[in-house]
Parts: sequence; structure tokens; C-alpha cells
Amino acid sequence: MTELSAVRAEGLIKEFGDFRAVDGIDLEVRQGEIFGVLGPNGAGKTTTLRMLATLLPIDGGRAEIFGVDVRREPHRVRQLLGVTGQYASVDEDLTGRENLWLFARLQGLSSARAKAIAGELLERFGLAEAADRPLAKFSGGMRRRLDLATSLITRPPLIFLDEPTTGLDPRTRGQMWDVIRELVADGSTILLTTQYLDEADQLADRVAVIDRGRKVAEDTPDALKTQVGESTLQLALESDADVALAAGVVRRLLGEDPVLSPEAGRMNVPLPDPNRAADILIGLREAGVGISSMSVAKPTLDEVFLALTGHGTDDAPRTEAA
Amino acid sequence: MTTTTITATRGTRTLDASAVAARTTPRPSARETLVQTMAMAWRALEKMRRKPEQFFDVLIQPLLFTAMFAFIFGGAISGSVANYLPVLIPGILAQTALTVCMATGVQLREDMDKGVFDRFKSLPMARIAPLAGPMVADLLRYGIASVLTLLTGLAIGYRPGGGVLGCVAGIALTVAAGWSLAWIFTWLGTLARSAQAVQGFSMAIMFPLTFLSNAFVPAETLPGWLQAFVTVNPVSHVVSAVRALFNTGTVTADVGWALAGCAVVIAIFAPIAVRSYSRKM
Repeated sequence: MTELSAVRAEGLIKEFGDFRAVDGIDLEVRQGEIFGVLGPNGAGKTTTLRMLATLLPIDGGRAEIFGVDVRREPHRVRQLLGVTGQYASVDEDLTGRENLWLFARLQGLSSARAKAIAGELLERFGLAEAADRPLAKFSGGMRRRLDLATSLITRPPLIFLDEPTTGLDPRTRGQMWDVIRELVADGSTILLTTQYLDEADQLADRVAVIDRGRKVAEDTPDALKTQVGESTLQLALESDADVALAAGVVRRLLGEDPVLSPEAGRMNVPLPDPNRAADILIGLREAGVGISSMSVAKPTLDEVFLALTGHGTDDAPRTEAA
Repeated sequence: MTTTTITATRGTRTLDASAVAARTTPRPSARETLVQTMAMAWRALEKMRRKPEQFFDVLIQPLLFTAMFAFIFGGAISGSVANYLPVLIPGILAQTALTVCMATGVQLREDMDKGVFDRFKSLPMARIAPLAGPMVADLLRYGIASVLTLLTGLAIGYRPGGGVLGCVAGIALTVAAGWSLAWIFTWLGTLARSAQAVQGFSMAIMFPLTFLSNAFVPAETLPGWLQAFVTVNPVSHVVSAVRALFNTGTVTADVGWALAGCAVVIAIFAPIAVRSYSRKM
């Protein structure tokens, strides 16, 4: 027996005037997994999420949430979802406690029950101390946590997270990741969008890469990364004249050409395994090529993009529609 | 699982999505709609409490306009200020109520531009609740504005012949009329692109409605074509009805016309406001 998918979307289309923000995207999210939608600004991630969350009309294709048709039964779909947006959608004029109480009331909890849940969630998200302060005094991370807490009041089986950590400092980002992992451990299914390959890598079981409204790849983060190499060795040579010589060394050791940077004397070497970096460095010293600086970095979203689409993320439209 | 509410399952390790899906309802019940509307009204009242400057219009207008209009137009229109007050006070009352209506639309538009409305939309809540909630809270503003207008009138010498009962009935009718007409402005609020646009449209509706009525001058003094509009203007019926209630304590046919007009306005504008709100975004 096959289990009901948390999300099943076929050929989703969204048009804003002449512009196709989402151009025939298929998605299938299984129950209990974290599914990442990865792409640059303006790729259509948020628009896709908003269509699935009944916040935007679907212009073409169809979508089901746990078997419920999004277009035909939006009220049912809303009972299955928690949505946490890119910009905290909490009430700026109320306190954290009041926000949680209000949203609990709106979802049918009694006043007393709403109070109890508000207290529990504030505690769980480390907001108990600030609970009665106006939101104007909240930091970005606190706001984001309150926003997520608000989405969890009725413990929805499916949670949409739209760029949950964009703009957060590394520590708060780590906390957010922990919370997301806990949610899945509790049995929730999560669909998240992100601009960071690192985030998708840390959290997602499977990732769809979206570019210009289309899905260009779907796989596990590991499989995606191997397409561009585990990591990249970034080199700056002491002398620009050595570039050809160094490229020859890389070709001989890895069987592949390095990517030459536009800046003179710099090159990036995709590595199948970070440990191969040492081989390259030894090879370069033996060939008498001097190095002024070097670093080993994980592949960036830009590199994944380049590998998958043949163009960088900069070419895509800058603004995320709607 | 024997539990029936979603919250009762909190804390258990597994979350049975199919069970939750099976429990969903296709639309909000009347009871849910009422609870949600009152929750939204609470939110609006909290905002009023925190931003008392919102009450500026309902405080200033009754004080200023009542006194100003009485002393400026009193002699010219009715021979004396004392003679003009029975004509003016119900008129000012209607104008004040309309100003409060206008603010309803503008504030809704401003509110809808905030991120929190995304959440209201994503929740399984009745689409009318975010519109009707603030309007319930606005009853307080109508009440304050009406009572203040009457008090200002009393202070400058108005002595309503209808007594306490007449005054209470007159104010109740004004509040009811204002609340009904507010649906027009709420609809505008859901439709317009910006709060400024709502303000502009609202002005264009409010001024003709109040000044092209019998609110400030006897209709008989107007040219015929204008009288024709004045007699069908619902504001005129409200003003006439309130005048009779205030000044003589009598319930005239105008009360019926005023209430019928209000019912028609709600029947038309409440559904289109909800539809326009649901389609937005």
C-alpha cells in the first residue's frame, strides 16, 4: 500500500501578466520528510509555496495536500498546514503572548486552552521572558521563532517554511535548524525553501532545484553535490604566467580542467574528495608553481547552479514575485 | 486514537496526518465565524488601546464641528444659534458617523498591507472575520463620537424635546446607520491599492452624502434637481429620523426608511467586500 503524499503538485503554473513565475512545476513530498526547494531569488520558490498554501490562486496544474485538492477545498487545506513566511507574519502591535493567544482563538481553542498553549510555546521557543514585551523590541531571531511557534499552535501535520533562516545570524540559524529537526522527529512533514545549499544539505532529505519557474533537478543533497564535486580548492598563484602549468598539473592528477577565474592568477579546482587537495598542492610544488593563497570550500549554490543550468544565479531575475 | 481534538494529541510522538485530514471541515461553522469575529474585534480594541491617537477624529470632530457650525451658520440659517441646534445636532451626528466609517476603510487597507494578514489568510478562518471584527470594535468609536456630539450640543444650549429616551434611540439609530454604511468603505478598503486611495475615494463619497442631504440646511431651500437627490439620499432619512427622535421623541416613517436603507447597504456590500478580500493577493 502506498502512503498518501503530504504534497503532490502537477504542472503548477503561476502567471503575473506576461511573466511566468512558475512554469509547470511537479512536486511530491512524502510524509515525514524534510523537502527542500532550493533556488536563487526570483526563481519561483515563494510563489510555488504560496499557491500550495492557498495564498495565491493556482493558474494551471493541480495540487493536493494529503489528498485534499488545494483549488477546490482551500478551507480543508488550511486546516492541514502551518505556514511561516519569509517575513515574520505576526502582529507587530501585540505582545508575543497576545499573538499566540489570538491565533489559538482564531483556530477554535477555548480562551483558557489558548492561554495554556501560548505559555507552553513561549517556553519551548525560549521566549518566556520576553512574552509580554511589545514585538517592536524583539530581535529578528525572536520574531522568527515567534512566527514559527504561531504556526505550530494546532500542531499541523505539514509545515511550510519560506526561507526560515534568511537574514539570521549563525547561532540563531543553528537554533532554528534544531527546532526544525525536532518537528520532524515529532512526525511533521516539512517543505522548506532556501537560498543556501548548506541549509538544504543540513536539513533536507530531498531537494528540488528551481530555476526561472522550472524544476531543473531533484535528488538527495549528496547526489546533487557530487554533480559539482564535494568541495572546491580555490587557488591564487604567485605568478600569472604559471596558470597554464598549474592547469596541466590539475589535469594530470584529477583528469579534469580547473575553472579559471576572471581575475589573473586565480583558479578553482572541483574536488571529488577534499583530501585530494593535498595531492594538488604537492603536485604544484613539484612543478615549481608558487601559491600566494589557497582555501578549500564547499560548493556554493552558484556552483551547483552553474553545473545544473549552465548559468549562474546572477542571471536570474532579482526580485521574487509576490 | 480515541482523542477527538487536535490539541489533545500534543506531545505524542506520532502525528497521524490521515486522521487530521479526515477531521477537517469544508467550511467554518456559524459558531466558529462568531468566535473568530470576536477575536478579531479584540485585536482591534487592543490596537485602539495602544494607539489612542486613533481616537483623534472621533474626539475633535464632534467638539469642533458642532461648535463651529452652530455659531457660523446658526444665525444665517435658522435666525439664531438656539433655533439652529435642533436642526444641526442630528446633522453633525450623521456626518461624524460617516467620518468614522471612512476611517474603517482606511485602517483596514493599512492593516491588510501588513505581514500578519498573510497568516490570517493561511488560517482556516471565516473570510468575513478579519473584516467584521474591526467593525465590531468600531462600535465603540461610533458610540463615543455620537455621545460627544450630543454633549457638545447640550453644552452650547441644545435642549432636546425627546428626552433621554429620544436621545438614546437617536444615537442608537446613528450608530446602526454608521455601522451599515461602513461596509461600503470596508469594500473600498479591500479593493483599493493603498490607504491613500481609500482615503481619496472615501472623501469623494462622504462629502456628497453629507452635504447633499438635509443635514445642515432645510431641503426646501435647495434647487429642485438637488432636492430630488437629497430626498433619496439615505443620510437624509437618517437625519430626519434622528431629528424627530431627538426633538419630539416620535418614531417617524423615516426610521423605517433609514433601517431599510441600512439593510440594503449591508446586503450588497458585505458579500462583495468578503469576495474582494478573498480574491486579493
